[in-house]
Amino acid sequence: MNETTHIPRPQASSTAGALPDTWIRYTRGQRLLRFVLYLLFVLAIVQSIRTIDVIPEFLYDAPTQMADLVNRMWPVAWASFPGTIQQALIETLHMATLGTILAVIMAVPVGLAAAGNLTPYRLVNVLARFILVSSRSINSLVWALLFIAIFGPGPLAGTIAIAFRSIGFIGKLLGEAIEDAHPGPVEALTATGARTSAIIGYGYWPQIRPAFWSIVLLRWDINVRESAVLGLVGAGGIGMALNSAMDLFQWDKVALILVLIFTIVILAEILITRARRKLL
Amino acid sequence: MAGMNSHDEALREARPFALSGKAKLGLIAVIVYAVFASTQLGFSWDRFQAGLGHGARFLSRMFPPSLERLDVLWQGIAESLEIAVLASTLGILLSLPISLLGARNLMPSWATWPARAIVSLCRALHPVIVAIIFVKAVGFGALAGVLALSVASIGFIGKLFTEAIEEISLKQVEAVRASGASFANVILYAVLPQVFARFVGFATYQLDSNLRNSTMVGIVGAGGIGGTLFSAFQRFDYDFVCTILATIIAIIMLGELLARVVRAILLDNVSLADLLRGSAGGRKHAAANADAPAARTALRPGAGTAGGDA
Repeated sequence: MNETTHIPRPQASSTAGALPDTWIRYTRGQRLLRFVLYLLFVLAIVQSIRTIDVIPEFLYDAPTQMADLVNRMWPVAWASFPGTIQQALIETLHMATLGTILAVIMAVPVGLAAAGNLTPYRLVNVLARFILVSSRSINSLVWALLFIAIFGPGPLAGTIAIAFRSIGFIGKLLGEAIEDAHPGPVEALTATGARTSAIIGYGYWPQIRPAFWSIVLLRWDINVRESAVLGLVGAGGIGMALNSAMDLFQWDKVALILVLIFTIVILAEILITRARRKLL
Repeated sequence: MAGMNSHDEALREARPFALSGKAKLGLIAVIVYAVFASTQLGFSWDRFQAGLGHGARFLSRMFPPSLERLDVLWQGIAESLEIAVLASTLGILLSLPISLLGARNLMPSWATWPARAIVSLCRALHPVIVAIIFVKAVGFGALAGVLALSVASIGFIGKLFTEAIEEISLKQVEAVRASGASFANVILYAVLPQVFARFVGFATYQLDSNLRNSTMVGIVGAGGIGGTLFSAFQRFDYDFVCTILATIIAIIMLGELLARVVRAILLDNVSLADLLRGSAGGRKHAAANADAPAARTALRPGAGTAGGDA
């Protein structure tokens, strides 16, 4: 039986004793497993297509509906920008930035605790990773719903939702960056009898600094996008203006808000590209 | 002795581990901004404290989780899974040709720029906003969710896969071309084998992220468990909310595990016997791969638009 001896790369195993005459890339077990995997994919797709609820009339109707939508969106209501929409836009940016700052404050200790080389307690690692996974599993819109139930609708719920969703992202990538850090400087510092804070500050920090800044900048960019939609569930920002414009069928205003969101997303991306070049 | 003492004091005065002036300035700027923004947003300590009281009541109402409407829960979850599977399939199938067209090392510029424009456009808007547009176009229901998440998948896989193709070694392409192969054969035998591993990584990552997002598009009416969750919130059925959230987290964790197994089978050539034995080496490699897209995104300049759900 060939498959009992695990051969990761068949090409490299040419020296390993009796080989079959013809070259076969995968062992029988590997082929079987791949086949089962593909079969499962196809089954999942077929099952999904069969059971998913699609109303065909709506589908035939789509081009007309889209044409109607574009018609109603044009011309864009530029005149309604000053006032509430402008304020909502600034609120969105504040929510994203404050949320990121809060998230960094909360994520750094969790990230440090999740890194196995820095925190050699298995239980603490597992606990920290659980916090990170829960934070990432719950979507920011769902976090927003939770915090609206606690703090009531408004930017406070949105900011804290953004912060809680970002903990998982920042903490996970930070923990991985720490685990990838070279142990040399850390050992040298430990040998001098440095305190833990000094080991972190002078052994790890210089090594993870570029990764840290790019993680924070990237998350800020993502948060700008997310804070723009949080208002749809009532968590403040430009999403609230979008929601009310849609409820009132003011599609020209919707078009304006979409253009604004698009613009700040592009601006945020340009900004982080610049900042990255300067910081790293 | 006195000399030693003053030397020690001088050392202590120097404080080698103190913050630099620039770092202090930055920290002060961040604090000033935080205070300014908080007042702009109307945050106050009273409100926060009142919230904590609400939070305690909210948590106590979440427990014990309600197990009454399990059929509703199952319906929503099944629809979310269907959305995730179909959106991933559609997104991956569409992003394959688009990425090939967008690769600058294989295609002329008249083909690359439209492909790249499509990918950027798909990436620029948040999936929820795309879902709103599709809800208007094809009506409420799962189809809008599938289409919205397909667009998000094209944006993510399309970008990373184009980059992967641009990084291939052209020697193999030349070798296959020299044998007189047609263009399709060059793609099939010289390009795709080089990027297959990366592609599997992106695809499983996207399946995972579609699974997360399919629980959310329901909030704007695009099908799945999100709609059920949103209405449970609006009816203050917090015990049912708790059940739904626990189910979502469990499914996402299962999805991560599944993605890991898929990568182990397709990339590490794990056989059935290894899988049952739980080969540690393969698993470690797979774990490293699992985070590849997120980490790559994080550390790549100008890649901000790729993520959102890492």
